[in-house]
Amino acid sequence: MEAGRSPNIEIITNAEVEGVKGQAGNFTVQLKKNPRYVDSSKCTGCGFCSPYCPVTIPDPYNQYLNQKKAIDILYTQAIPSTYYVDPEHCLFLNKQECKQCTKACQSGAIDFNQKPETEVYNVGAIILSPGFKDIDPSILGDYSYSESANVVTGVEFERISSASGPYLGKISRPSDLKKPKNIAFIQCAGSRSSESGNSYCSSVCCKYAVKDAIVALEHEPDLEITIFFMDMRMFGKGLEEFYIRAVSSGVRFVRSRVSEVKRDLVSEDLKVRYVDENGEVHEEVFELVVLPTGLVPPAGNYSLAKSTGIALNKYGFCSSGLFTPMSASRDGIYVSGGFREPTALPDSVIQASGASACVSELLSNARNSMVKQKKFPGEVAVGSDELRIGVFVCHCGKNIGGVVDVPHVAKYAAELPDVVMTRENLYSCSDDAQTLISEMIVKEKLNRVVIAACTPRTHEPLFQETLREAGLNKCLVEMANIRDQCSWVHSHEKDEATRKAKDLVRMAVAKARLVESLDEPVIEVIQKVLVIGGGLAGMTAALSVADQGFECFLVERATELGGNMRKLRYTLRGENPQSYLDDIIARITDNEMIHVFTNAGVESIDGFVGNFRTVVSSGQNNGSENIELQHGALILATGARSFEPDEYLYRKNDKVLLQHELEVRLAEGDHGISKASSVVMIQCVGSRDEDRPYCSSICCGMAVKNALIIKEMEPTATVYILYRDMTTYGFNEDYYDLARKKGVIFIRYDILHKPEVSDAGGKVVVKLRDHILGGNIIIDADLLVLSTAIVPNKDEAMERTLSVPCSSDGFYLESHVQLKPVDSYVDGIFICGMAHFPKPVDESIAQAKAAASRAVILLSKGYVKAEPIISSCDVDTCIGCSLCEYFCPYGAIRMVKSEKTKKAEIVAAACKGCGVCATYCPTKALSMGRFTDEQIYAQIEAFGQGEK
Amino acid sequence: MSDPIPKILGFMCHWCCYAAADAAGVARMQYPPHIRVIRVMCTGRIEPGYILSGFLNGADGIFVGG
Repeated sequence: MEAGRSPNIEIITNAEVEGVKGQAGNFTVQLKKNPRYVDSSKCTGCGFCSPYCPVTIPDPYNQYLNQKKAIDILYTQAIPSTYYVDPEHCLFLNKQECKQCTKACQSGAIDFNQKPETEVYNVGAIILSPGFKDIDPSILGDYSYSESANVVTGVEFERISSASGPYLGKISRPSDLKKPKNIAFIQCAGSRSSESGNSYCSSVCCKYAVKDAIVALEHEPDLEITIFFMDMRMFGKGLEEFYIRAVSSGVRFVRSRVSEVKRDLVSEDLKVRYVDENGEVHEEVFELVVLPTGLVPPAGNYSLAKSTGIALNKYGFCSSGLFTPMSASRDGIYVSGGFREPTALPDSVIQASGASACVSELLSNARNSMVKQKKFPGEVAVGSDELRIGVFVCHCGKNIGGVVDVPHVAKYAAELPDVVMTRENLYSCSDDAQTLISEMIVKEKLNRVVIAACTPRTHEPLFQETLREAGLNKCLVEMANIRDQCSWVHSHEKDEATRKAKDLVRMAVAKARLVESLDEPVIEVIQKVLVIGGGLAGMTAALSVADQGFECFLVERATELGGNMRKLRYTLRGENPQSYLDDIIARITDNEMIHVFTNAGVESIDGFVGNFRTVVSSGQNNGSENIELQHGALILATGARSFEPDEYLYRKNDKVLLQHELEVRLAEGDHGISKASSVVMIQCVGSRDEDRPYCSSICCGMAVKNALIIKEMEPTATVYILYRDMTTYGFNEDYYDLARKKGVIFIRYDILHKPEVSDAGGKVVVKLRDHILGGNIIIDADLLVLSTAIVPNKDEAMERTLSVPCSSDGFYLESHVQLKPVDSYVDGIFICGMAHFPKPVDESIAQAKAAASRAVILLSKGYVKAEPIISSCDVDTCIGCSLCEYFCPYGAIRMVKSEKTKKAEIVAAACKGCGVCATYCPTKALSMGRFTDEQIYAQIEAFGQGEK
Repeated sequence: MSDPIPKILGFMCHWCCYAAADAAGVARMQYPPHIRVIRVMCTGRIEPGYILSGFLNGADGIFVGG
């Protein structure tokens, strides 16, 4: 949506790349644009054509579970919102007859004379984001996907449970549209198996199966849901907690491999046969089976690789390096998202920002040379005009409409004072709804708008922009939150939810009657970035900012740069981390745009977006001195470290090491491992327990890596890895496989039966219950290696001066887990690397580049606009008492001498709009933008007018 | 207070409690439908007069979240 609105993004759909000539900085791209047979400059997206089309075809958006027309739009929020003729099924295109749509279309947009066109574009860089597709489940013959309608893929199930899906959100099974009593999810369908050809782990399926199970239970609490899995891989921020929640909400997890799903021809139920961990075979009957299928490269990947001249890996995904995760094999071509490796949403967003940083580095000389500014029409003055309020009530698919009686609310709103029109929207945020709102503002001469939909926290900016496009000041819109704080939280009390929605709309209208146009103060941005933390993420971010053309300060607590990277001696794929480290440090030292402060601490951070002042104490020149740095943005890359446990004899017996300590010893030859040695590794030490209920993501990969190195050095040494769930996600699964082939012994334990470690006269003895044998195993360990949790580095003094919130685990919180994964809650402060969450090298680099990209967006724009919620002072009423100056928590008020008295003056850039000043002002001289006393009293009064 | 359906007026801070109430929605937590929320940018904005006015306008209880 935002991309569709940007004047600097040209969206070309229905096109394919035929060839790329030239080199980084100057490519010529030949595109073949296929006809859509609808002229997008004429199509209004009204949808009048579809009902006239006689051809019905299975709907790809809903996974072919329902029907659509041969002229249609992919889905309601699709961009561009232009209709499209399916050339394979259209009667006219295939049999030269029909043309019903041409007659139906009132704007003459249908054009069957369109031909494929070849067009050449000149660009400096290319980002490949063609995504992925899910595996064709029919190749999984044992799971009866082709035989039974009631075996569905994960994506099909997502559509089945979606309000805009084929069954309008009612969970039903396809064979008879009945609600199933029980549902089985079978994990690793087409992943981690050589039969399907995909030996890698698709990384997302465990997560989305757990999500789908929780969502299904919210819709239908009496469903019985079983998830059959091998390892639950809930790595990543907040996901282990999600798994725990699924267990406590009654989802049954069965560790097993499902061998067969058989269809019952009479009942259409499915018999699932599986082998449990003890080797016993079971059979259970389910009414619906979901296969959260693995991800494979997108269709056309080979031709795309050929036309762009890039290399693919053995599975057909785009090859990229560990230290250059977003670079394809041809210079100037970058990659993000699922085409790189199966990846979850936040990582896709991070890589996309990271790839744009790579482009910005490459093209930094051309910055601002071809930028188009979005132009808004002049604002209409609405001062003393008669009030004309328009109310738009959103269905949000079924999200609101499934609970709240939206037509009733709209009808109610129409009778409120000064409301001149109301409309219902299926999705108020969709492109066509924006057009409608904009048109209505002009046509109905609206001067105030109320949107009853979701939360203003996420969607107010969108509607504000729509108002601006229609020539109204952005402050003339009010939202009523009838989704997040109404339909979603009262889903079983429809009448009460409808009553509440009416009250909220009435209160919003009451406020809207008093809102006024306000200006946005503009604040300059200092063109420098401060990066705190000189580990891999911090160094990468600093270098990227500098390469994008901006000055950067890099502050490191230790005496030298490098952080955890210094302890990293090997990688799974064989790159040399230490030579990369030397290289990046040299590039930083040589870069005049980067000022490095080592042995440095952060004393204080003041200021606000665009204008931060940070005092750094640096001990570089014999003794410490305080330096004040001024910067427009701040990147936090303070990192994390291995947790040091007080169990398993750590620090009590010198044969017990942490995983990274082993790695350094292996590299330096100081390990004492011989031909007959036995090395035991214990995973999840201090992880995934009550104290730290998260998976640290990197420990399984590290254990497999070090086990392989031991096996390489001493093939006859015995290596045991004691694990709970092996989390070697993505392509790392291949190394887990390799480790097993090389004889590394993997033994699973569960948290209720943790290994017991004892010291028998200096020797380390590990005792473990074995699931398969049912008895205890006792291992004499020559080395015991602990894969411990990764915990954030804490600098309490810095955190006190920094107002960025952390999660309960102590990692910095991002402002939106999925969509803003590197933005902190504070404007102008970004997060990357392990300060955000434990992650491997490539993901740290991607996130560091993403943070650099976000910071540079701010810097290159050069200014920020203060939200017009700030305080203002009526100097005639102000008596100069200074109470407001005293109470302002942001130092945003100064008292300025004016003739004989003083008057309060607001520092726009520092004011956060909290309103403390206005509350304390004894003469009511201070007033808050968009939250005036009059507006709030009007809301309170409207609250009291509800029907009893 | 004899009315069987209570009327609760809520004042919530945009940054914390209002965000938390949205998060409760995202998590589909269910709670009684009797509260009507007025969003403020900070609970520091709430004047005693707002509370009194809330009661005068028929609130059975007032919730301040921040």
